[in-house]
Amino acid sequence: MTHFDIEMDTSVALIWLDNPTERVNVLTQAMLAEFSDVLDEIEQNTDIQAAVLISKKHNSFIVGADIKEFADFNDKNEVIALINEGHALFNRLETLKKPVVAAVHGACVGGGLELIMACHYRLASTHKSTKFALPEVNLGLLPGLGGTQRLPRLIGLQKGLEYILSGGNIYPKPARKLGLVDALIHAQGLRQAAVRAALGLVSGEVKPAKSKQSWTDKLLEKTPLNRIVYSKAEETVAKRTRGNYPAPPKIIETIRTGMEQGIQAGFKAEAEHFAELVMTPESKALRHLFFAKNAAEKNPYADVAKPVTTIGVLGAGLMGAGIAQVSAQNGFDVILKDQTFEYAAKGKRGIYNDVSKRVGKGLSSFERDRVLERVTPRGDYTLFRNANLTIEAVLETLELKQQVLRDVEALAPDGHVFATNTSSIPIAQIAEASARPEAVLGMHYFSPVPKMPLLEIIKTEKTADWALATAVATGLKQGKTIIVVGDKPGFYANRIIAPYVNEALLMLAEGASVDAVDDAMRDFGFPVGPLKLLDEIGFDVGVHVTKVISPIFVERGIEVSTVMDDVLAAGFKGRKNGKGFYTYEKGKTSGVNQEIYRFFASERQQFAKSVIRERLSMAMVNEALYTLQEGVIARPVDGDVGAVFGIGFPPFLGGPFFYMQQQGLTNIASRLSTLEAEQGVRFRAPALLNEYIQQGKDFY
Amino acid sequence: MIEPGTKKSAVVLVDGCRLPFMRSGTEYASLISYDLAREALSGLLKRNNLNPAIVDAVIMGTVVQNPQTSNVAREAALAAGFPNTVAAHTVTMACISSSQAIASGVNMIRAGQADIVIAGGTEALSDVPVGFKKEVREKFFESRKYKNPLDYRKFLQGLSPSDLLPQAPAIAEYSTGEVMGESADKLAASFNVTREEQDAYALRSHQLAATSEGKLDNEIIPTAVAPDFKALTHDNTFRADSSLEKLASLKPVFVKPFGTVTAGNSSPLTDGASATLIMSEEKALSLGYTPKAYLREHVFVAQDPNDELLLGPAYATPNVLDRAGLTFAELDVLEIHEAFAGQVLAVLRALESDTFAQEKLGRERRVADVDMDKLNAWGGSLSLGHPFGATGARLVTTAANRLMAEDGQFALVTACAAGGLGHAMLLERYAQ
Repeated sequence: MTHFDIEMDTSVALIWLDNPTERVNVLTQAMLAEFSDVLDEIEQNTDIQAAVLISKKHNSFIVGADIKEFADFNDKNEVIALINEGHALFNRLETLKKPVVAAVHGACVGGGLELIMACHYRLASTHKSTKFALPEVNLGLLPGLGGTQRLPRLIGLQKGLEYILSGGNIYPKPARKLGLVDALIHAQGLRQAAVRAALGLVSGEVKPAKSKQSWTDKLLEKTPLNRIVYSKAEETVAKRTRGNYPAPPKIIETIRTGMEQGIQAGFKAEAEHFAELVMTPESKALRHLFFAKNAAEKNPYADVAKPVTTIGVLGAGLMGAGIAQVSAQNGFDVILKDQTFEYAAKGKRGIYNDVSKRVGKGLSSFERDRVLERVTPRGDYTLFRNANLTIEAVLETLELKQQVLRDVEALAPDGHVFATNTSSIPIAQIAEASARPEAVLGMHYFSPVPKMPLLEIIKTEKTADWALATAVATGLKQGKTIIVVGDKPGFYANRIIAPYVNEALLMLAEGASVDAVDDAMRDFGFPVGPLKLLDEIGFDVGVHVTKVISPIFVERGIEVSTVMDDVLAAGFKGRKNGKGFYTYEKGKTSGVNQEIYRFFASERQQFAKSVIRERLSMAMVNEALYTLQEGVIARPVDGDVGAVFGIGFPPFLGGPFFYMQQQGLTNIASRLSTLEAEQGVRFRAPALLNEYIQQGKDFY
Repeated sequence: MIEPGTKKSAVVLVDGCRLPFMRSGTEYASLISYDLAREALSGLLKRNNLNPAIVDAVIMGTVVQNPQTSNVAREAALAAGFPNTVAAHTVTMACISSSQAIASGVNMIRAGQADIVIAGGTEALSDVPVGFKKEVREKFFESRKYKNPLDYRKFLQGLSPSDLLPQAPAIAEYSTGEVMGESADKLAASFNVTREEQDAYALRSHQLAATSEGKLDNEIIPTAVAPDFKALTHDNTFRADSSLEKLASLKPVFVKPFGTVTAGNSSPLTDGASATLIMSEEKALSLGYTPKAYLREHVFVAQDPNDELLLGPAYATPNVLDRAGLTFAELDVLEIHEAFAGQVLAVLRALESDTFAQEKLGRERRVADVDMDKLNAWGGSLSLGHPFGATGARLVTTAANRLMAEDGQFALVTACAAGGLGHAMLLERYAQ
């Protein structure tokens, strides 16, 4: 056997899980095949009275199935047969005459959790790394090894639905409360406790924990009243997914089948639905993103990066404080500087308030204190002589940015990197003020920084490899998903938003209504519509960014809507002053702002949702093609990662490039030329698209 | 120009004594730590016929502080008959507080700051300072400004009734939130110490304490305290009738259901106080005392409170031996603080492990092969009790007395403490 080591401890067989080639245990078909031999051994070896499943890996149990194997699943019946085998194997484990204890330390996810649910007793370590989850839904799938059946039986229908539909983590203490595990112990004592539990199960001294459900939950779940539970779940799913994600409704259906028609029917439904889902374009797109995101979390230039321990942050506003926060939370010392000590201290207060929200939710107040102590607010530059990297987030004027660059460089040590968080000024232009332009680059974060995963790192022609590597290493340590982009106006994310928002404004001018436009794009899969997005960003920022990017469009003969200049001049600023495309009361949207229509055509008229979706989405994906052609992004995958994690491009479509490929590039080309004929030159595709088609190339 | 001090003296332990240790909530239940401290201090003065006016400093260790007597050393010294002119201060370093008191005294004498120091510790775990939440305490402070009775309505604004409930401090690490018993359970497991081994070690401690009563008389001051003035001459902490079966029947208290640390193999909550008389060798001799032992080297160490909270002795022991140029085999007497049986056994395993020596200490070979006959031969904290602030001075006193009784030369005293702290001190028997 290559995946398992069997060690005897008195009459208990310790089954050590140890994938021979990976750093963590992944549930592969090979491993499952071997597991069958393990069960044979437990059954047949008369020296074995009980068994314990335990992992040899550091802080990791089983992290899930091998998703790479799913790419080969092309035949529905083959997949069903495979799943049936898995079900049979786990059923065999569950009905084994000798007790099997799962001793979990580290992540126990997906197939790992499904495996232990078929065991007779579950013991988990209280360690921070220990967590349980069925995250298949995030890949457009459902748990295919009995998870949809065993989880609701173990922790109740409502909780079972909740965790399978959200894919959320369950940590040790809640797992014990829910009844997912029978007992907890510190990691150091896991092995000994598991052996004792196994022997106790044999002798009858240890019994699995009793159900933790309240009688009200039982009433709601085990009587016909459970219809309410299912319909509530369906309602929530419909609202959240707007019908774009096929997995959640299938999950509900599968669970319901099993609960109403018995577990065998449930397994059957699980196998069928898994086989259907694994071949959906949605699941393929989500899996594509999963791999793309993992790849974006590695530093290809790691070896030339210089060590960073102290980060200087200039500007303690929302952006600067957010950058300081993610830095301090991930172990950097931060000097947070603003014009005065008072402003800087206010920034630190914001960090305190935000981090404090997590106290009691996996963070202790002591850990919060340590994070806060890493942030030193200052009104002067003195401490910048200790900074290895400075990120400026001051007002968007070239003069100011060049001034702070000179100020920092005057003090900073050798090997210091200066990063600007500008969203609109060319980095090379800021770098003109620098005595060492090779150490100047852009680090473009998205607001709110602690929540938004994307970081664009912008290199100029002069940026040195070591400086880029240092910035990438820092961003990764801050927990960001990174794309490296070229120094062109708008970089990547803002650049592809610009024509999309422009198209929305043009449609308003043609008489579309605000809510119709936003609604159509939310149907398309964006978390918020383009106009709501403008409200959030603020009109001043929007106008400013548009001005910077416009020349690119003007060069292509495109007319850019200037209506927002007038809107802004009339005192509308978006959410920040409660006057945008929507009105706001006490921070909540209270409806479309009818006043805004005076800037657009007077008569509202109906547009088909499909028309709105087509014009707006094609405007965006077309611009993505231009960025690839111009080398703003080096690879299509960067464009997909940037769009999904930076601006909320629908994940189930896999990003603009994956979407275009799934639609077919010829199809995209013909839709663009139709739009160009109807709407004009702004829909003209770049030459690159034709090259791809001519050469029969694909993005992936 | 002021000349730098050059005086460096050998420091000796002239005497050490303690009150009989009592389980919390028993004989000392109506006392506060100050009461225990003054009994120990006056007891030490009397049995040594020492004029308190010539003492240079009184240093007492304590952990759970009574806010009314925050410098408990000063209050207790005054009550014990020390003149106003003798300075006194209190130190706190968790369970090695009186070790720190003695170490501070040694350092003062070595630095030429003092010739005679009384160092000890006191702890009344029957008397934990119950307090209020910070929010309520803030309101109390604010309420000093209230002018008329109606203002007190403001006091309750923003508070829920449960906020007003008094709160007792927990024996938990502030930084990790972990209760010490959990840490001990974890530590025992990481060194593969079984429940059976822990129970057997606890039984050994109780049996040794029960059979060594006469030997301990030398360090125990006969005590009678308010309100009953009952005659107290020995510890009430050990259980002479304990057995492996009784210990095995106890359920784990900190980690349920598979933990291994029980009330039976943990040290009990204890009230008590201790004091030592330490002097420069010349001063002791000039006053006509015969010292018991030299106080040679000492160290304090610190580890990660998460993973090695109670493993300090495994680090402090090789460190202090190196300072003195001694090997473990040369030690005749071992006094290791017994917070938990599992903790002691884990420390011994670490000291006896080549792997631990290589990975954690950067040494090629293990520190020790421990001869159990040398270890805590008269009982330990498991059986004699563990008044946090007073234990360190008990260990030093017992070690010196054992050197004399067992005709040894070198003794090691070592202890762990909350915060991941550890301590070790070497004693050398005074050659007459």
